[in-house]
Amino acid sequence: MNNRIAHRFTSLKEAGRKALIPFVTAGDPSASVTLEMITGLEAAGADTIELGMPYSDPLADGPVLQRAAQRALEAGMTPNAYFQLIKEARRRTELPLVGLVYVNTLFQYGWEAFGQQAANAGLDGLIIPDLPRESRYYHGKPLTPLPVTEIRLVAPTSKHRIQQIAGEAQGFLYCIASLGVTGARQDLSENLIPFMEEVSRHSACPTALGFGISSPEMIQQIRRLADGFIVGSALVAALEKGFLEDEGIRPALNFVRELRRALDKT
Amino acid sequence: MMNEKSPQELFDGYFGEFGGRYVPETLMNALHELEAGLAEALTDPDFMAEYQTLLRQYAGRETPLYEADNLTRHLKGARIFLKREDLNHTGSHKINNVIGQALLARRMGKKNIIAETGAGQHGVATATICAKMGLNCEVFMGTEDIRRQAVNVEKMKLLGAKVTGVDAGTGTLKDATSEAIRTWVARVEDTCYIIGSVVGPHPYPYMVREFQKVIGEETREQILRQAGRLPEMVVACVGGGSNAMGIFHAFVPDEKVALVGVEAAGLGLHTPHHAAAINGGSVGVIHGMLTYLMQDECGGIAPVHSISAGLDYPGIGPEHAHLAGSGRVRYESVTDEEALAAFCLMSEKEGIIPALESAHAIAYALRQAPGMPREAIMIINLSGRGDKDMHTVMTATTAVQKGGCIHEQPHRTPLYIP
Repeated sequence: MNNRIAHRFTSLKEAGRKALIPFVTAGDPSASVTLEMITGLEAAGADTIELGMPYSDPLADGPVLQRAAQRALEAGMTPNAYFQLIKEARRRTELPLVGLVYVNTLFQYGWEAFGQQAANAGLDGLIIPDLPRESRYYHGKPLTPLPVTEIRLVAPTSKHRIQQIAGEAQGFLYCIASLGVTGARQDLSENLIPFMEEVSRHSACPTALGFGISSPEMIQQIRRLADGFIVGSALVAALEKGFLEDEGIRPALNFVRELRRALDKT
Repeated sequence: MMNEKSPQELFDGYFGEFGGRYVPETLMNALHELEAGLAEALTDPDFMAEYQTLLRQYAGRETPLYEADNLTRHLKGARIFLKREDLNHTGSHKINNVIGQALLARRMGKKNIIAETGAGQHGVATATICAKMGLNCEVFMGTEDIRRQAVNVEKMKLLGAKVTGVDAGTGTLKDATSEAIRTWVARVEDTCYIIGSVVGPHPYPYMVREFQKVIGEETREQILRQAGRLPEMVVACVGGGSNAMGIFHAFVPDEKVALVGVEAAGLGLHTPHHAAAINGGSVGVIHGMLTYLMQDECGGIAPVHSISAGLDYPGIGPEHAHLAGSGRVRYESVTDEEALAAFCLMSEKEGIIPALESAHAIAYALRQAPGMPREAIMIINLSGRGDKDMHTVMTATTAVQKGGCIHEQPHRTPLYIP
């Protein structure tokens, strides 16, 4: 297991900075655009990049990421193409790369095989949004730990589960900032402050807030609440718009630069 | 009731290796609360008394077990009995479950109800009980199904429910279910999700079975009373599998009673156009449960087909997956064509128009009963009535000509009902 994630968060903390973690769907609208995006995101100030493996029926995702997954699947994204993409990305960047993969994709590819391929390709962490701690079974047997860092999720509704999940966290703890599926929002959970206070009490790991974070203004308001911020739907929507309006990836990268600036303002 | 050889009950949300809770973390507390609330309710005599009173006075239970002697004579084999779930209020067994879940929602202080529906049967049943109990109801329905089932959409609106169209994917039941789950994630704090079948994350498959097992409990008593002994075979159709789990459960410990679940073979198991999760699918995760489903090699959920909207679902309840694995229940399949022929034959011989879903169970009986001895007893769960399917059947014009069924003639063209 490599430690790109831990190193990144440690050096950010030493510098008094926050992690910016943009999310893109791998292969949306094509693998080559995703590669271009990865390079561009690093230049625009990303600290870690989250790469979604598209899935046909993503239960945790809103319309924007559902559309992105559809485009990526239609463009031919498969687990093997995903590993290939990560391998090529790894030649271009030393940023931590974290995958988001629905559990059925892992089960059909083979839990251990997927983990091994992901690690070999150079993925540092894996988020499985539909695998809560009680459900780590397949064919009646407990799932073995993966050779990449499994990023755990905790939600404002987790209540007494926060302590358990935070205790198992590694890499960073993914804190769900709003109820509901992914998607840009005007408001985050009203309980965000007590929720993050509770999380911080139990977590030895860095924390990252995601779900619904949509603008530089919002990120500035909540920048003290966590060590990192994940922006997915708002970025993918900018990417979608860029392609609809023949501007390519530029507007999406500009958006990331604005987020970076907002995050660096103290 | 427990039997050592058929480990029926749950281990931490699993039936054997199937089931579980493969859902976003946001829902986990709600599922635990629901599990605890259900456990309390099921052992609360007041709750159970109210449930049973509503089953009796509102749904119209008990439903008859009817000996179909015309059909028996026609097939010249086993004595055929029909469990008449079609005579329930709202026209199917779906009402049993929604009464239980709506009472539970009220008990847990949730005023808002969401539900998914395919053909509209569960949607109508949910809208019905919400009207009676003064709960707010929103039903998610695929846009393709809304087009196919306009009457049920109007019924739900009349009953005061909001019907929300789901455009994603194929615009059918699986997409409506996904959208209902997503909506629940957003509104989990004040909203109860009433699932219509023995599917979804734990405790749903268990809970829905508990609210449907009355079918089998009645049937078992009735056949002992009417025939003096247990049947040789009990047959039910399976989509998600709630009517089948409902009638099977009481018979599972009776090892001599053969239990047969009938899946939808659509245009045939040799084509991709079917919905037979056990006979033609593989193990994976759908809608929060580990079970058999129709999927592609990357684990994407595959589009499925059945002429019956209620069976047009790519997964199957995890308890069925488990019972298939243990061998306690046999899972067979029946094509659209066979189901249509059975739909017609039942109407002609017994004056009972069955739902196309139930017609799958009947079609299997047509295949099986003639080879059984005359003293043998076969019970078919007639899970719903067929009024809702008239349009579909009329559209499949090769099956019906001016009101008369031509079931003797095999259909030569594929009956793909878009």
